[in-house]
Amino acid sequence: MPTKTVAGTTVEVNDEGFFTDPSQWTEEMAPELAEAEGIDTLTDPHWTVIRFMRQEFEEKGTGPTVRALGKTSGVTVKELYQLFPKGPAKIAARVAGIPKPRGCI
Amino acid sequence: MTHRIVILGAGTGGTLAANRLRREYSTDEATITVVDQDDVHVYQPGLLFVPFALARPDDIVRPRQDQLHDHIEYIQSPIEAVEPDADRVHLTDGTVLDFDVLVVATGAALLPEETEGLTGPGWGEKVHTFYTLEGATALRDSLAAFDGGRLVINVVDMPIKCPVAPLEFAFLADWFFTDRKMRDSVDITYVTPLDAAFTKPVAAKRLGGMLAERGIDLVTEFNTGEVDGEGGRLVSYDEREVPFDVAVVIPLHGGQPYVGRSPGLGDALDFVPTDPHTLQSQSRPNVFALGDATNVPASKAGSVTHFEGDVLVENVSRFIAGEELDASYDGHANCFIETGFGKAMLIDFNYDTEPLPGHFPSKVGMPLLKESRANHLGKLMFQWFYWHALLPGRDIPGIGPDMPTTGKRSPESESP
Ligand SMILES: Cc1cc2nc3c(=O)[nH]c(=O)nc-3n(C[C@H](O)[C@H](O)[C@H](O)COP(=O)(O)OP(=O)(O)OC[C@H]3O[C@@H](n4cnc5c(N)ncnc54)[C@H](O)[C@@H]3O)c2cc1C
Repeated sequence: MPTKTVAGTTVEVNDEGFFTDPSQWTEEMAPELAEAEGIDTLTDPHWTVIRFMRQEFEEKGTGPTVRALGKTSGVTVKELYQLFPKGPAKIAARVAGIPKPRGCI
Repeated sequence: MTHRIVILGAGTGGTLAANRLRREYSTDEATITVVDQDDVHVYQPGLLFVPFALARPDDIVRPRQDQLHDHIEYIQSPIEAVEPDADRVHLTDGTVLDFDVLVVATGAALLPEETEGLTGPGWGEKVHTFYTLEGATALRDSLAAFDGGRLVINVVDMPIKCPVAPLEFAFLADWFFTDRKMRDSVDITYVTPLDAAFTKPVAAKRLGGMLAERGIDLVTEFNTGEVDGEGGRLVSYDEREVPFDVAVVIPLHGGQPYVGRSPGLGDALDFVPTDPHTLQSQSRPNVFALGDATNVPASKAGSVTHFEGDVLVENVSRFIAGEELDASYDGHANCFIETGFGKAMLIDFNYDTEPLPGHFPSKVGMPLLKESRANHLGKLMFQWFYWHALLPGRDIPGIGPDMPTTGKRSPESESP
């Protein structure tokens, strides 16, 4: 299992950079994780999405898809693409330290 | 005591569940009531053939009631909402139905209005879908009049019904324009939100290769934000553009809006959260669901609905008898993929096993993940099975609910 060091702590990630143990994540890690995705500053709407992702994961065992995010997080799909360009669900999941959202079949 | 079984939807799942349950119980033991909003049962796999004039719209529809056996009550009305906690369904015509067991089989809804511009200028003229009978018919006329240019096939987002159907459409379009001796003047582009031609790796590679062999361009990870009919462009959320002269768009799918109006019944997209192995809904123990209406991680396909039917009927009976449910549905799906020029290929998979090459149902049988004439004939024959075996709830010889593993080759055993 690959590991990486975020905010001074070693965490376990998979080949695609998703946390394998979401309990290792702390809010302090988010800015550094975001920077690795090309997001320089985390604004309030970013945090709304990150916290929403964490909460969904805790309740349902998987992060939401972009569409479900757009319907339930209070941030529209268009805004999601502005906040987390190139795949909001995947990028927000990496920043929020949760596994890759289960896609559809 | 007479058990009251109410079934919502008289499409593939509702019809086969009603017919099977009717055989299970005498009229003294249970009443069976089925609700649907109209009386037009469409054989949906046939929609793929209508745009290419390979099937006539009339050939693929039948009255719903004729598919239901005797002693099944049929009510035609839209459903307004379910009150799961009160064991009650409200219909739009004012009827109130009380149930002991409810089966939700209302399928998926198409939501074209949720994509900016999709139902705006050009809708039905140069922007089409073949997922409805009207859409497929309008597209037929558009393709017949098409004199060359850019044909774009776009899946807006997953999940969709029959995830291979848009690929089949691309293959048939290649055949159609070759047959009309104008393939050179048509650019065909397949635009998908996925990172490959299909969801499952082995099949995605094979299908992607088949697009390339046919000169069909593949655009991946394209999340359609807007369809500009007037300007002839698809625009993604990350501001990429794909130009078209005719666009065939598979709109967003969701559950039915009434699910959203039924407290606790659905999820954010109005699909019904359902146990993937027992098909009991997560809302209430006496509510079951099958087919496209559920959120189970299987393809939204008629074959899935058919295999689910076995487990669903068994579990409705066990529930009524107060027995433990049978958790045996394995996600089995089985689809013919029409590939053009009179050929098709077959894929067979479940929750755990992706579509693999080999033969179905055992080492001697139909080739899997490989084009053949036999599979094409199988696909055509399926319509007969649909009306005469699948809907009446008879078993189709050799095709059971559990996915067969003999005859399949795993990726490791595949020579490179
Ligand atoms: C173009 C296309 C090609 C396909 N090809 C294949 C294929 O090759 N192989 C395959 O296995 N599957 C295929 N499918 C998928 C297959 O048709 C569906 O998965 C299957 O029909 C699902 O059955 P269902 O009972 O869940 O839903 P449906 O058969 O769609 O039935 C749902 C019913 O609920 C009713 N309903 C919905 N809302 C309400 C309401 N509010 N009030 C009253 N009634 C309501 C509807 O009128 C409908 O009759 C294809 C689908 C399409 C669109």
